[in-house]
Amino acid sequence: MPADIYLNVAVSGLLTGLVYGLMALGLSVIFGVVRVVNFAHGEMMTIAMYLAVALFANYKLDPLVMMVPIAVVLFVLGYLMQRGLISPFINRPEHSQFMLLVAIALIMVNGLLIVFGPDAQSVQTSYSYDSFMVGRLIVDATKVYAGAAAVAVAAALFAFFRFTLIGKAIRACADNYAGALVVGLNVKSLYALTFGIGAACVGAAGAMMAVLVDVTPPLGPAYTLLAFVIVITGGLGSMPGALLGGLLIGITEALGGLFFTPSAKSMFAFGLLVLVLLFRPQGILGKRPS
Amino acid sequence: MKKTLDSNSARTARPGVTRRRFSVGAGAAGLLAGTAPFSIGRAQGAALKVGVLLPRSGVQAGIGQDCQRGVEIAAGVLKDLGLPDLAIMNGDTESNVEVSRSRAERLISEGAQLLVGAFDSGHTTAIAQVAEQKGIPFVINIAAAPPITEQGYKFVFRNFPTAPMIVGDAFTNQKEVFELAGSAPKSVVFMHVNDTFGTAMKNGFGAAMPKFNMPYTMAEQIAYDPAARDLSVELAKAKATGAEALLVVSRLNDAILLTRELVKQRWTPMAVLSVGPGWYEDQYLKTLGKLSDGPMSFVPWYDPNKKVSKQLEAALAKAHPGINLNTNHIYTFEALLIAADAYKRAGSTDPKALADAIRATNITDNVSIGPGIKFDAKGQNATLKNAAIQNRDGKLVTVAPKAAASAKVEWPLAAYDKRT
Repeated sequence: MPADIYLNVAVSGLLTGLVYGLMALGLSVIFGVVRVVNFAHGEMMTIAMYLAVALFANYKLDPLVMMVPIAVVLFVLGYLMQRGLISPFINRPEHSQFMLLVAIALIMVNGLLIVFGPDAQSVQTSYSYDSFMVGRLIVDATKVYAGAAAVAVAAALFAFFRFTLIGKAIRACADNYAGALVVGLNVKSLYALTFGIGAACVGAAGAMMAVLVDVTPPLGPAYTLLAFVIVITGGLGSMPGALLGGLLIGITEALGGLFFTPSAKSMFAFGLLVLVLLFRPQGILGKRPS
Repeated sequence: MKKTLDSNSARTARPGVTRRRFSVGAGAAGLLAGTAPFSIGRAQGAALKVGVLLPRSGVQAGIGQDCQRGVEIAAGVLKDLGLPDLAIMNGDTESNVEVSRSRAERLISEGAQLLVGAFDSGHTTAIAQVAEQKGIPFVINIAAAPPITEQGYKFVFRNFPTAPMIVGDAFTNQKEVFELAGSAPKSVVFMHVNDTFGTAMKNGFGAAMPKFNMPYTMAEQIAYDPAARDLSVELAKAKATGAEALLVVSRLNDAILLTRELVKQRWTPMAVLSVGPGWYEDQYLKTLGKLSDGPMSFVPWYDPNKKVSKQLEAALAKAHPGINLNTNHIYTFEALLIAADAYKRAGSTDPKALADAIRATNITDNVSIGPGIKFDAKGQNATLKNAAIQNRDGKLVTVAPKAAASAKVEWPLAAYDKRT
């Protein structure tokens, strides 16, 4: 097998992994702050993908250009979900939260089936079939654009949490809930804001993913599972960990498929997860429980 | 202040989300992957109640809905043939084996007197077990895995070629195409879905290829997940083999994905030779436009010269303008034709009488290529024949066998980067 194929496949896996990472970043942000596991995460991404498809089909609006408006829509959805549905469950046992979010996920999948039907839908932009050739390296143009957009969104999110007052307040809630209350932070609002930001991340990731893969309603649960694998690998609640987990899963799937059999490429991602759980249970960049 | 402290206590007192709980929850979330909408059933008067099981949602939804078109156009044509009415009860297998089994049981409990379906070999195998257990006749529209009719079932009938029949005909038709084209690939890379159908076809290729003295060697076999969202690695691996042509056994979504990757990875093989669905489907043609031109499919097809074929073409053109008549419509229609014909001869909805009538079927006024519909002792119609068809400007033309050809083969595949 020619040597350049390894580089081609690794680069492809890395670019896909960046988008995976952004999707998982939303899950990690929500869990790290609100301590609620969003079992409707993949379904929310599917909603974003359908928004991208619908905007393109009806108005020819490029999903990558519409990434910000779609993220805003998902932010509003996430904010309202937290305020209206999840907030009353914050102090309830985990199984109640789990059932609530699973119910929301089911409603989303079936709602999408009713509205859009079961057929796979795709976005065919002017660059859908483009690729860049650098020497013998062929890189899918859509993956390059989506990967670059994922890096930009992740950088903006890191900057938001590090440099803005609201970002610092959210981090304070995550670090010390009681302390945040004592200093007078409006934790309820900050939780809703955090859920909205996590949803916005997944909205941006969905817009990017819409140019990479065809969308069907059943994609949601598969992406929820993928997001869990990534955040557990990278480290629960760790933002850099989510990005790293995405990259590792993307590259592992790609190279696993190349070296062994492509039909079992998901097996390698789960194999990586098992190894991480065995040797570093808190995840690669996760904090060891005190 | 007290209120704040109380709420704080409640907050800190609740058990934390541990990694174990999180992981258990994550596993449970995976179970959601099999969920989808409920099917809708309907029945009419004293007509024979036929449960039609198809993958109407899930990864095979596109093909399942295409098969449904065959159901929709059947009523008028059956009436013209003087056959009794059928009351169709729709069932959705959701592209899932377990759902197929439960939907079959549900349709029977709701009164279905005969089952038809189910496009996918895995789903069909599950339904066949239920039908046999309940003693309800099951007429398979499309499913090629040989074991389905090797179990000694008394209530299962298949009017569709088995994988070895399809593969044998495919090799014969390929050699004819190579002869017509004046050249042949020296090597092929074989890509196939790793579901029941794909595996059965792979085994069929392995067993049959040495007997046919094909001009090419198989550089590599690459199996892939039919539900894959990205086939870039698979195609990169195929391209790296240096094979001259691509031999595929695929479904619809993966056929589209593979074509996109061919374009993106700048590889135009000498030919795309498909033995199965996907590459001739209307959704493939519409989604890819000019990029859909060229692939050849070696598949069970219809004889355009038969009277019923013309009736079906007219009915489809009226109900679904712009849609090409294809395997999905033909074999789904023929399954209903078999049901109506048996019901007429049996004069009863008794399952055993219906099964006996199906076993004695001898329909010559049909659509598929071959002498007609009749079943052997195993419940298999062993007289069916394939054709080689090629995508041409959004239409499908027959290029082999020579006797049924409607156009000359275009060879080799036009470069993807030079299509406008």
